[in-house]
Formats: sequence, C-alpha cells, structure tokens
Amino acid sequence: MKIAVCIKRVPDSETRVKIGPDRKSLDEAGVKFVLNPYDEFAVEEALQRKEKAGAGEVAVVCLGPAAAQETIRTALAMGADRGVLLQSDAIPADGFVTAQALASELKAGSWDLILFGKMAIDDYSQQVGPMVAELLGLPCVTAVAHLELAGAKGVAEREIEGGIEVVEFPLPAVITADKGLNEPRYPALKGIMAAKKKPLEVKPVQLAAGGIEVVALTPPPERKEGKIVGEGAAAVPELVRLLREEAKVL
Amino acid sequence: MTVLAILEQRDGALRKISYEVVTAARRIGETVEAVVCAAGPVTGADQLGKFGADKVVTLTNAAFAKYNPEGCAQAIVERAKAGGYSALLFAASATGKDLAPRVAAKLAVGLAGDCTEIAAEGGAIVATRPVYAGKALLKVKVATKPAVLSLRPNVFTPVERPKPGTAETVATAVTAGRVQVREVKAAEAGALDVAEAQIVISGGRGLKEPANFKVIEELARAFGGQAAVGASRAVVDAGWRAHADQVGQTGKTVSPTLYIAVGISGAIQHLAGMRTSKVIVAINKDKDAPIFKVADYGIVGDLFDVVPRLTEEIKKLHG
Repeated sequence: MKIAVCIKRVPDSETRVKIGPDRKSLDEAGVKFVLNPYDEFAVEEALQRKEKAGAGEVAVVCLGPAAAQETIRTALAMGADRGVLLQSDAIPADGFVTAQALASELKAGSWDLILFGKMAIDDYSQQVGPMVAELLGLPCVTAVAHLELAGAKGVAEREIEGGIEVVEFPLPAVITADKGLNEPRYPALKGIMAAKKKPLEVKPVQLAAGGIEVVALTPPPERKEGKIVGEGAAAVPELVRLLREEAKVL
Repeated sequence: MTVLAILEQRDGALRKISYEVVTAARRIGETVEAVVCAAGPVTGADQLGKFGADKVVTLTNAAFAKYNPEGCAQAIVERAKAGGYSALLFAASATGKDLAPRVAAKLAVGLAGDCTEIAAEGGAIVATRPVYAGKALLKVKVATKPAVLSLRPNVFTPVERPKPGTAETVATAVTAGRVQVREVKAAEAGALDVAEAQIVISGGRGLKEPANFKVIEELARAFGGQAAVGASRAVVDAGWRAHADQVGQTGKTVSPTLYIAVGISGAIQHLAGMRTSKVIVAINKDKDAPIFKVADYGIVGDLFDVVPRLTEEIKKLHG
C-alpha cells in the first residue's frame, strides 16, 4: 500500500500562549513544538495499514518552516519511510492555499490512501484534508474514529451529534483521523536512530497570500472573577439561588 | 450584502443550529437566503422568516435522506454560484465541519471555521475564531468571494427578527456520490449530545470509579431532558466514558448556557473545550483546583455530598 500522511508542526498543547510583538502571531520564544496530536493517529494508521499489507510505502509531507524537519523526523522515528518538507516560513491563514501546496506535491504520487489528522491543535482550521481531496478529485471521509479496508473499498465510522455515521467509500481516498482510530506508538530508540538516515527532501515553496488575512491575535476575554459560594452540601441552596436570580440560567 | 445560510436537517426536521446560522446571517446581511438539503419537505423550514430569512429553499433529492457529503456539496456550490452571495454561513457541527471545506474548495476559497463572532466591515467580513485551545482569539479578515464561514454551535443565540419570508422546494439533480452514509447508529435514546445541550454536567477523576457517574446522570435527569453528561479526558482515557462524551482539546468544544464541572481539576486541555460556556459552576474538594479560576460559582466540598443535594434542589424547581 502506498500511503501519504500530511502532518503539521504545532505548539505543544500545554504551551502558555504569549502574543508576539506584531500582535498577530504567537511569540515562539521558549515554545516547545510537537507533531500535531491528531496527525499521530494518521501516521499510526498508515504504519498499521502498510504492516498489514506486508509491503508499500509511508511518506510524510509537511508544510512548514525549516524547523519542521524535526517534526518529520518524529514521524520517521515512528516508522514512516521518507519525508518531504514543503518549506515556507509563513503558514497562510487561508487553508485553501495550504491545500493547494499539498495537493500539488501529492498529485503525481498515485497514493492508495492519503491521511490527515482531523485538525491541527494550533489554528483549529479543520479544512485542509477535505480541500486536498477536492483538488485531487478523491473521495474523502473526515473525522474517522474507526476504519476498515477491504480491497478497493473502505468503511469508516465518524462521530456526529447523538450518534455514529457509518460511511462507505472507494479507494484511493483521503481520510482525516479522529481520536480513537488507534493508539499511536512511541518512537523507540532504534526508530529514532534509523530516522536520522531516512530520506528527507526539502523543497522551498512560494505560497500565494490567499483571501484570509490575520487582523489580530488577542488573549481571550478574562472571565469575570468567580466566587466560591461556600463549602459542602450546605452551600447548594445559595448556589441555586445565584443561578436563578443572578446568572438567570435556571 | 446577501448571505446564504446553509441549514441542517435530520430525519426531515430542521436542527436547532439552523436558527443560529440564520440569526448570525442577519447580523451581516441585509438579505438572507437559506438553503437545506433534504429528501422531502423539512419541518420548520417555513418558520425561518421569523428569524429573518427572506427566502428558504429546500433542495430535494432522494439521496439526501441521510447526509450525502458529495451531493450536498455539489448542490450548494451550484446554488452559491447562481446566487452571487457575498458570504456562505455553515454551522460548525459534525456535518458542517465536513461540508464547509468541500464547498469552499470547490469555490477555490479558504474557510474561516468555528467562528464565535462575525461582523461586516467595509465589504469584507471580519471573524473571530478561538485558536490554541481557546488560549487566544484570532481575528481574521475574510476577503474571498464568497466568504465561507462556519459558526460554533450555541454561541449565536437565535433572535426573532420577523420578515415576510418565502419558502420554496426545488428538486435537485446531483451526481451519485462516491461517499455514502450507510447507516447512522443512534446513541442511547433520549441522550443529548454534549456539543448541543443547553446544560452540560461533566465528571472527572474526582468520581473515583465509573459506576459513580450515576450521581452525574441523576443530576442531568433532574434538569428534565435539557442536560447532557460530559467527561474529562482522564476518565475517557481510562475507559470510564465514551469519547463522544469528552469535553476538551481532543474531545468536543461546548458552549452551553450552564456548565457544571464535577470532580474536574481543570487542566488546560479541558478548559479549551468549555471556557466559552456562559455560566460555569465547579464542584471540587481541592480549593486550589484551577477549575475555580474559570468558574463563575464554586463549591468546595465532597462531590458525593454536594451533587445529590443539588439534584434534590433542581428536582424541586422542575417538580
């Protein structure tokens, strides 16, 4: 099976967000960057599919700055065969621009499967996977938490409000991975050593500006200082009174 | 500007989120048209004039009985191209998150997803979206033609702004889709989804063991079918609750009117999923737990004393 996985370098989820001097971006000083957690599910799924098929290739593709080579190495250490960095210092706020860059890299690959994480935990855009599918003319299922493939057909399950959709689709296809799809492996020391020798191609890309422009990045509004109503069950009647009379939510 | 609101139905009934989308569309558009893909007539579609829709069009095709990603995308794109809209507004629901990027890509534009604020400014749309797990807000100017946006559920409270709207049904031909929803496995009957409920009561490790979630479920029931039960990542990872119930960065983002966190310390990854709730109540035995920093009201104490008492008081109100 020939599988491509698109990954992203993102700030660790525990990062304290400090706004940069331009008031439009994150101050990256001291920020630890990681492989986007949802992309770990995508990489793991690709590795398991290749292992099951007994042959094939898992390539990871990443749009990002030079430092994203480290992110690609993480995926290679998990077991991916090779990496491609589409190098650009700026990641556009317009997801369609990102999708065009990735689609143009992927289009000649004759992939059986192209995997994404369902979203990146930095910009929460949640659009690049299905956009790449549109650009490549491939069927797409998003936010997949369970996947079965048999020959050229697949069945996926995705969570919706109040239930689970069971979706059938033909291969090749684009799938975006949700939590629950699998348990991503940790790179073993052997994998980390091997990753250093795996091919990683760096291709500089020029991106269009796109139609979505960042105006400002601001801290979220402070929540009004809350109050401790009291201690133990004795405080419950006062809590209910406040919810009714002050907050007016009951 | 003229705005196209993309509505959602399930089993032939308009979903509540649709009223939110129309309400938001009225904020930026002088003229609002709404469109819904369905297999037949949609209950509630003719009521949208109340919320300010000038026109509601039901696009019918037998293939739209279940969500049909490729067929709906095609039908909406054709409508969007014919109508010359300035903006397309989707719900950032499970369906909207899947559909909006497909439509945007077919129109060769980006998407501003999961917005919590939108405004029209000089011909463009300015939207605010939570990023970095809700630790920052990104304000973007969307100058694409059309602008494609999706809206976080439960943020845009439906407001009645009556207009003499019209409703029509248009039989719509679409290409047979490659991606087909074979079935929808419904969750437990009557169970509300955390992403949509007006009241969410979430439990965490403080419950000590999975069976103790019954104190949370009893409190939820006391609200008479308005409340959903959520869970922290810790208890989902431990297998106590389904992932569908998880509130947080790797679970669902919720904005209910009332969020009650029970036995949840308030890790940053949990706060990411619930900090836009309107009123937050925390019940925790540790007075220094970070959850109290975002809570409007807190009770320090043993949840096994506090929650049953709260259930009693709520029952009195709803009795």
